Amino acid sequence: MKLNLTLNGTPRSADVPERTLLADLLRDTFGMTGTHVGCDTTQCGCCTVHVDGQAVKSCTMLAVQADGCTVTTIEGLGADGLHPVQQAFSQCHGLQCGFCTPGMVMASVDLLRRNPKPTPDQIAEGLSGNLCRCTGYVNIIRAVQQASQTMQGDAP
Amino acid sequence: MEDLLVYAFKYQRAESVSAAAAALGADDAAKVLSGGMTLLPSMKHRLTAPSALIDVARLPELIGVRQEGDHWWVGAATRHQDVAAHAGLQQAIPGLAQLAGLIGDPQVRARGTLGGSLANNDPSADYPSAALALQAQIITDRRTIEADDFFLGMFATALQADEIITGVRFRTPQRCAYAKFKHPASGYAMAGVFVAQYAAAGAANGGWRVAVTGVANGVFRWHDAEQALAQGTTTPALQRDDVIDDVHAPAAYRTHLAMQMLAQACQAF
Repeated sequence: MKLNLTLNGTPRSADVPERTLLADLLRDTFGMTGTHVGCDTTQCGCCTVHVDGQAVKSCTMLAVQADGCTVTTIEGLGADGLHPVQQAFSQCHGLQCGFCTPGMVMASVDLLRRNPKPTPDQIAEGLSGNLCRCTGYVNIIRAVQQASQTMQGDAP
Repeated sequence: MEDLLVYAFKYQRAESVSAAAAALGADDAAKVLSGGMTLLPSMKHRLTAPSALIDVARLPELIGVRQEGDHWWVGAATRHQDVAAHAGLQQAIPGLAQLAGLIGDPQVRARGTLGGSLANNDPSADYPSAALALQAQIITDRRTIEADDFFLGMFATALQADEIITGVRFRTPQRCAYAKFKHPASGYAMAGVFVAQYAAAGAANGGWRVAVTGVANGVFRWHDAEQALAQGTTTPALQRDDVIDDVHAPAAYRTHLAMQMLAQACQAF
């Protein structure tokens, strides 16, 4: 089935089986392997991307459901270098193995869009769809707090 | 494409509700696709293998929230996040907006829809309790079904195979609240209690309606709790023979949680 979408700012088209998942379209057809598939059961959030600006789990969406949509993956996040959320994850050591990080970052960007100044509890709830098996989440929450400050123009 | 977990199917984006109904009527094994937050995982687990998916998620007539007299209409394809964030609903039926914001996680709330949740009628889903407590009317492409007649136990509803929910009319209560004990991994309700109060005059149970999800084989009204709230007495322990008893929680614990969630919901009033 043919589909068209805007991927990281570029119009793209593909002809894939109807049962192709969005995560597989992004990784296999378009080579955007920053989108990770951790659990394939809608739990871990590693495959989180933005569809029309909202964080979704791309392992639980059909590629054809994104027809006509604007899709952003981790590769498309920082137009000029790293996005402030990526910088904050780096500076706060908000990752260890890094497998969950693309999904964490994409979910965090969406959270900060909806709630620019979240409390630690709101960050924990906002990232409840993303699992990290390394960090214990403490530094991830710090990273989102720091990114929140940076994006308010209130650098720490 | 090496990772095709799902059985093959045809995909069709419906142009209208009537076209979707016709497509469903023409193919017994076709299913409606809305947010897909339950259907797609089920297909990935190969628990279900529809011949075709009829996608109704973008039909504008299925999307939106608006007040209609003493009711609020919510379109069947309205996403959980949009119900949770709706200022008018937060004011008029705060328990409903609060419930929508407790479903799953943010990514699930960005895709999942009201109609999908009701049509699926998972015994641990949140929305069925709101529909039952708020005297909802489930509006389909061919009729209106009262919530009291809609839910028929685990994953069963009054819907016909080719019937499509178009919207839900929730009757505005005087007060309402929802309390939920989330399963820490799945986010589903291990017990969820929705309490609503309507004008008492002439109403059964003094206008109180209490609906429980996550506890038994399907959503149910807790009549003893309604009577106790009306009379200002203590609610007796929940007595049912279909309380879920599984690896996550034995029946006695779920029964206890139901009482706790009832108390929490009433405290939120």
